[in-house]
Amino acid sequence: MSTTAHNATGADRLRANDPEPEAPVSPGLNKVGGVAGWVDDRTGAAKGVGYLMKKVFPDHWSFMLGEVAMYSMIICLLTGAFLTFWFVPSAGHVAYEGSYLPLRGVMMSEAYASTLDISFDIRGGLIIRQIHHWAALLFIVAIQVHMLRVFFTGAFRKPREINWLIGAQLSMLALVEGFAGYSLPDDLLSGTGLRAAEGFMRSIPVLGSYVSFFVFDGPFPGEAIIPRLYSVHVLLLPAILVGLFTAHIVLVAVQKHTQFPGPGRTNENVVGYPVMPVYAAKAGGFFFIVFGVIALMSALVTINPIWAYGPYDPSPVTAGSQPDWYMGFADGALRLLPGFLEFEAFGFTFSFNVMIGAILLIPVMYGLISIYPFVEEWVTGDKREHHLLDRPRNNPTRTAIGMAAISIYAVLMFAAGNDIMAIKLGLSINDITIFLRAAFFFAPPIVYWITKRICLSLQRRDRDLVLHGRETGRIIRTAEGRFYEKHEALDPYTRWNLVQHEQHQPLQLEAGTDQHGVASPTARMDRLRAKVSHFYFKDRVEPVSPAELEAAHHDGHHMEEIEQQERGGATLVEVGSGDNPDAEHSSRH
Amino acid sequence: MNEHGTEHGGPVADQRSEGYGSTAVRLDQGHVEGTGRLPARFENPGLPPHIPRAADLDDAAAKRAEKQVATMFGVSMLGTLVFIVAYFAIPMETQVFMPGIGKANLSNVVLGVSMALGLLGIGVGAVHWAKTLMPDTEVVEERHPMRSGDDARRGFVKTLLTGGTEAQLDRRPLIKYSLGGALGLFALPMVLQVAGSLGPLPKDELSKTMWKKGDRLVRDPEHTAIKATDVTIGSVFHVLPESIKESEHILEDKAKAAVLLLRLEPDDIKVAKARDWGYEGIVAYSKICTHVGCPVGLYEQQTHHLLCPCHQSTFDVTQDCKVIFGPAKRPLPQLKITVDAEGYLVADAPFREAVGPSFWERG
Repeated sequence: MSTTAHNATGADRLRANDPEPEAPVSPGLNKVGGVAGWVDDRTGAAKGVGYLMKKVFPDHWSFMLGEVAMYSMIICLLTGAFLTFWFVPSAGHVAYEGSYLPLRGVMMSEAYASTLDISFDIRGGLIIRQIHHWAALLFIVAIQVHMLRVFFTGAFRKPREINWLIGAQLSMLALVEGFAGYSLPDDLLSGTGLRAAEGFMRSIPVLGSYVSFFVFDGPFPGEAIIPRLYSVHVLLLPAILVGLFTAHIVLVAVQKHTQFPGPGRTNENVVGYPVMPVYAAKAGGFFFIVFGVIALMSALVTINPIWAYGPYDPSPVTAGSQPDWYMGFADGALRLLPGFLEFEAFGFTFSFNVMIGAILLIPVMYGLISIYPFVEEWVTGDKREHHLLDRPRNNPTRTAIGMAAISIYAVLMFAAGNDIMAIKLGLSINDITIFLRAAFFFAPPIVYWITKRICLSLQRRDRDLVLHGRETGRIIRTAEGRFYEKHEALDPYTRWNLVQHEQHQPLQLEAGTDQHGVASPTARMDRLRAKVSHFYFKDRVEPVSPAELEAAHHDGHHMEEIEQQERGGATLVEVGSGDNPDAEHSSRH
Repeated sequence: MNEHGTEHGGPVADQRSEGYGSTAVRLDQGHVEGTGRLPARFENPGLPPHIPRAADLDDAAAKRAEKQVATMFGVSMLGTLVFIVAYFAIPMETQVFMPGIGKANLSNVVLGVSMALGLLGIGVGAVHWAKTLMPDTEVVEERHPMRSGDDARRGFVKTLLTGGTEAQLDRRPLIKYSLGGALGLFALPMVLQVAGSLGPLPKDELSKTMWKKGDRLVRDPEHTAIKATDVTIGSVFHVLPESIKESEHILEDKAKAAVLLLRLEPDDIKVAKARDWGYEGIVAYSKICTHVGCPVGLYEQQTHHLLCPCHQSTFDVTQDCKVIFGPAKRPLPQLKITVDAEGYLVADAPFREAVGPSFWERG
């Protein structure tokens, strides 16, 4: 192959001036290049994929929450596809013939019987079913915690509002997908859940009974709901979820991931590791870790033992009926809403005691979540792109609002377990319910206030750390017997984390009229905006400026003198008495 | 990173006297903190120096890391092999006692744990590999503003508008509006088909149950008729109409007709109507909660309270099943009962009102 021009003869001499064929860099590249070349010849993908492989992702543990959600979703899709091979989505009645003795001969729906078969008669069926259920629970946990991370770090700010909206939709649809899924086995618990869902639908004004009859194809329970939920659960919602998820992830790639502030990290760069090889190994490995942990949980912890509940029958009783965890808050709301919200007027029944919790709560909650980025943008007037995350403490009002919202969620969640709490703690269920009803109103402001104070205090502590350095625990005694603790100044890299952020200022109200005395058409809106801005940013702690640090050094110079002398091994000299260098600063903050 | 280049402001002492929160910017300035009062900000110090890892400096450490990674991958293979063996070897019904967990299905435990090992081995190995041996110097990638350049934006708008003009949209309103109408309507057949065919209209189905005059009360699930003398004071029976046997839609009818039968001292019943509709202190109430329809099945004998297990609505049987706590509003409907010639309990009339959860037109 490598004939050189020197000894070429005959026809070969004609090609003597041809460029030498390029020698492959390594046999490996040749192999990869061969397959990749074949694909690239037909798609031109080398450029784009090559770019993606070099793409940089910043590192932080909290960025893995979204990954957990993504991976659990993939695991659900995979195991869900397996389950469809054996699950029979039918309400048709059969007598159970499988190997679970306690239920043998009992009449049940084919859905329930086939779920029993998956659990007892199909080899490895139970582990797949358990993985599916655990992954679904983890999926929703991960989505919601990921959403909290995005909220508290301000990652929803421009340019990521669209992705926030997509994420909120994903989160809401995941709840519905989960509910549809655990209703499929048609066991007593999930059937009771559907029974309640039918009651929810009836509470819709005007249309309620029609919605109920349309969904169930007649009176509850009917035979249509299982196959219908099945196609919603395995086809409709997964398609929407996968579509939205794809858009979500593409937007992350296009906008590049946000990063936490730190030395060398700016709003105009991304600092982290490239996909090839580091992120491929870390994120790829993490998929296996998530899958492995779910498999371990499924091996050791039983989830949703439908065989213990029995087949659905509208008449038996199920004490301690709790839905899957993510529906707990809605169930709790139903337990707290007082009966007087139902009334009759004009010959019609208004069931607000049910409708508020069952029909309105979830859309309203996700509606508020969805509009939040736009509210904050309006309040701050900040139209810049933000790629650096906020530390939650540096935006006390946002953090406090988020925590107040979590406290409401927590109250509703506790309410869903009011019967369990009453039994386990030996308390009156009435007292618990009344307390939680009150807590729904008093918890958010208290949590708001406490969170805000904690955030402000943490910021002051950051200031203190920057100004006075780290306490080393080393006590220095001066010649005349005074004691000082040596403080160590922060290095510029550590300090940067504490001083890099900007604080918004409250917007000031302008005159409501222009120079001709004409009332501004936006005066009312401006007044409101100034008020809200004041609410947000009235209490704030500015990061330390170089001038302040300089002044702090100046205040503490005599102490530094001592420290220097100590370091130099010289005898300690007497220092001026009177002013404690710390006193002034502590009075300032 | 501070693009609002603030200047060194007044002395620190001034700030102190003003305190936080007293400065504000004009609304029309939007997000600007450049009031000239804030001192200059710190400079970003740039990436901190890279600290090499043990495996970067020490060949032995690198070799150790290599072995650890390979061990994890080995564990993975082992786990997969165990899975394959266990799949065939372990009978499905074998139970095993697991400390701290209780009785568990052996096949499920072994399959799950071995599968987890197979997965975790790869995962932990890959992450350990990335952390110890792959480069750990951070790479900086530039960001660019999301917006396209002005030219591209203008070009886009121009193309869009030109397209509209070329299609003569602005000159031919007839097309524009008729197209709008057609696009607005075309989906209706699809919507109508789905919405219209999903289910029947409710008519009065929600308001009636199987109960009719003379229908015997039978035990659920035994389907045996109940003599008044069988019902001792303090006892509770889950009851269905005898006619449920002939029902073609057993679950649907059961979901409405389920009834609780209780016997109290007649004097304990405080409402005259409730006493009259019962028989010597035996009263029958719908079991379907008036909140969202769960079966109300927890009876406290001492207090004569019925509790719904779903949302804890509490009904007082002595007060004609009035709601005394919880989210339900309406009392449980009472079924008027009496005894027939043979002494069996029978319904004396159908339910007077709709049972179960409220709905708009139940009124």
